[in-house]
Amino acid sequence: MQGGKHVSARRITLDDVRPLARGCAILGTGGGGDVSTSTLAAERALKDYGDVPLVTLDELPRDGLVLPLGSIGAPTVSQEMLMSGREPRLIREAAERDQGRPAVAVMASEIGGGNGVEPVAWAATLGLPLLDADGMGRAFPEVQMVSMYVAGLPAGTVVLADVQDNLTLIRPVDGLWSEQLARAVCVASGATALMADYIHTPAELAGAVIEGSVSRALAIGRAVSDTQDPIGALVRTLGAATLITGKIIELERHTGGGFVRGSVVVDGVGECRGRMLRVEIQNENLVALENGVVRASVPDLITLVDAQTAEAVSTESLGYGQRVTVLAWPCAPLWRTPAGLRTAGPAAFGYDIPYIPVEEAAHANV
Amino acid sequence: MRTSDRTADLRVGVDVGGTNTDAVVLDAANRIVASTKQPTSPDVTAGMRAAVSAVLAELGEDRSRVGRVMLGTTHAVNAILERRRLGRVAAVRLGAPSSLSIPPLESWPDDLRRTAVVSTTTLRGGYYVDGRSLADLDRDGLRRFLGAVAGRVDAIALTGVFSPASPEQELQAAEITAEELGPDVAVSLSHEIGALGLLERENATVLNAMLYRVARHVRDALQAVLDEHGLRVSRYFTQNDGTLMEVDFAARYPVLTIGSGPANSIRGAAYLSGFSDAIVADVGGTSTDLGVLVNGFPRVSSVGAEIGGVRTNFRMPDILALALGGGTVIDGDGVPGITSVGYRIGEEALVFGGGTPTMTDACVAAGRTGLGRHRVPERLRRALAAAVGHADERVADAVDRMSLGKAGMPLVVVGGGAFLVPDGLPGVAAVVRPEHGGVANAVGAAIALVSGSCETIAPAGNGRREAVEAAAETARRRAVQAGADPSSVEIVEMSEIPLSYLPEPSLRVQIKAAGPLGKL
Repeated sequence: MQGGKHVSARRITLDDVRPLARGCAILGTGGGGDVSTSTLAAERALKDYGDVPLVTLDELPRDGLVLPLGSIGAPTVSQEMLMSGREPRLIREAAERDQGRPAVAVMASEIGGGNGVEPVAWAATLGLPLLDADGMGRAFPEVQMVSMYVAGLPAGTVVLADVQDNLTLIRPVDGLWSEQLARAVCVASGATALMADYIHTPAELAGAVIEGSVSRALAIGRAVSDTQDPIGALVRTLGAATLITGKIIELERHTGGGFVRGSVVVDGVGECRGRMLRVEIQNENLVALENGVVRASVPDLITLVDAQTAEAVSTESLGYGQRVTVLAWPCAPLWRTPAGLRTAGPAAFGYDIPYIPVEEAAHANV
Repeated sequence: MRTSDRTADLRVGVDVGGTNTDAVVLDAANRIVASTKQPTSPDVTAGMRAAVSAVLAELGEDRSRVGRVMLGTTHAVNAILERRRLGRVAAVRLGAPSSLSIPPLESWPDDLRRTAVVSTTTLRGGYYVDGRSLADLDRDGLRRFLGAVAGRVDAIALTGVFSPASPEQELQAAEITAEELGPDVAVSLSHEIGALGLLERENATVLNAMLYRVARHVRDALQAVLDEHGLRVSRYFTQNDGTLMEVDFAARYPVLTIGSGPANSIRGAAYLSGFSDAIVADVGGTSTDLGVLVNGFPRVSSVGAEIGGVRTNFRMPDILALALGGGTVIDGDGVPGITSVGYRIGEEALVFGGGTPTMTDACVAAGRTGLGRHRVPERLRRALAAAVGHADERVADAVDRMSLGKAGMPLVVVGGGAFLVPDGLPGVAAVVRPEHGGVANAVGAAIALVSGSCETIAPAGNGRREAVEAAAETARRRAVQAGADPSSVEIVEMSEIPLSYLPEPSLRVQIKAAGPLGKL
């Protein structure tokens, strides 16, 4: 068993996968990748290997290893060439050999999108618990945009595994090299690979991860599933500000440098009639503006959901005329520290605007 | 061979819909010379027989001038929805060591699997995105698997990782299958069926394999009807994008016919009104279907279609369905509800002497149609007037959504409930109600073009032009194989989408070619 500590009473079962996927899509803030393939992988693994315990950092042995896992590469490729299913085992063995300690849990590097759902499959495959935490509390487009980096932890050994069982260990000197070397390996592997970085002990990770992410995604998914008023339930669960409800009247998207960039304009309907909101996009929703005034921005979360069903609307599936509600809510406190804002604040995405927490910005006069 | 002394200038278009089976006969100038509307029969085939027989009877002696029959039918989609008449299939994925994390058909409803799927496996094979081999094709493994299912299957579905860009292994596996199981077992190849996205393409390929029996049944039933009338003609099926396939070709790709109804309706409506770019509204008794005609073809939806609980990546005509039709019931506050009196409208609507206020009554009260003989009670007039206002708002809203903000397009209205749509709508250049709008879908089948398509991965820099031209040539060749006139096939659609994270910048290229049928 897991290092002799008591086993958590909370478990992820087959029934949790769909709500988790809905929640992860909402925390994806428009990006994070498709959740449907990940949902199938998670369901398959739970059927084959049984439920996955969901644990907190303090339930884990202090000196074991947590494996933060996420798949990297081109989404078009990962939807065509699926994982072998052996990648998590290869990474675990390599990490244990490298650090001389046993792995005690899997963690999602990124809770937003498919990368938030598939760790359930990886944990089930490995017979390990899933840590109720992640490295973002949302989705971000770049490798260094993780809480462990913000908290000053070294990336340590980066481990990648691919569909051929190729295993690569990288010891980059800094985050920039980590990104460049991991990308090169990923390309050679056919543009998709499973990666673990910031492999540390629970003691080292304390304060450096976003705790409660998995339960949060589950709570979001459940709240919108069992209700007559999904938008209201979502707003309450997230503690979100409703920026606008309206229809999409302008949509601009272009692909370049591995990113989808663009913007979307929502024209208010009902109580919001006469108002307009513009959301700037780079894979994820980054900034919401009304009359040139910032109503919300990264690292706070901005999500467009279907105005009726509260289902997340991803950047790829935005369409003219869609009825959407735009919600914004506070990011994890770590992102609001100077280091957090340097890493993933507006300036990190090229916006020359000061960061104003959504609690103030959403209600500012415009 | 056909004799040259016969004039074969007439075409029969047939559309088998959920409620009605329509047939029309067009002459060489696309004038309607005969038409009929028959109820769709539970077995679908009897209705088709009745409709074809009716228009042929109307032609009389001229029936010998019929040279072609085009059929759009719901046979295939019904077979999937009802889990009936499906062939038994085995599914082979070529992709190991990759793609083992999710087995084939993982998301399928259990009852559909039990009905039609004998066995599935994943074997070594497939390609990388850049065309490198992922693994050599496991020929021995394939032969062993085929040996184990021999005698228990009607068809084999083969799906290789990245086969839309690199089809070689699928073709080799098809040869091996023919060697092992003989010519009676059909083979469904994923690169001929769908686009990138392994699970959805695999699903569509297996559905296709299940439908061979139904497709042959329809082909033979149509032949039998034509034989009864002594007609030896060319036969075509219409497919999802509103284009035609020769019937023997279509019998190999039956899954491509499942969205043909809306496509036929949109193209037929537009043809009857003379537009190549328009919004089309087909107003029936229970619903209004809106679609968009762009450059002569229906605009397709950006999300894949789900058929009978199975996700595919087919791009079907982009249809917005409103629960609003001539039979829609109006509540006491004058709000059109979600229920409809449907086929009972002739008894239940107020203007037909019934007691249920419907949208037809509201439109009579508003002076939009003169249907029925009974007067609408005075006390209901307010509510009915309010209902017209609500309905107009919903139609205007739907038209706006479908227009994607492009103002000034014409709106072509067809169907039995066409009077429901007002003569003027915001953002619409004109509301057009073409003659013969009631059989627009059969007309759409009769005027359809023939198409072929191709998808590949091309380098973004050097070699891009050659790769795109080769793909265009493949699309043209496929159109000609499907029956198009080689001298007039044109590229009608081309998209190039950049792919990220690749060693060389690459593009995903999708091309469609289409043209009129060749001369008989």
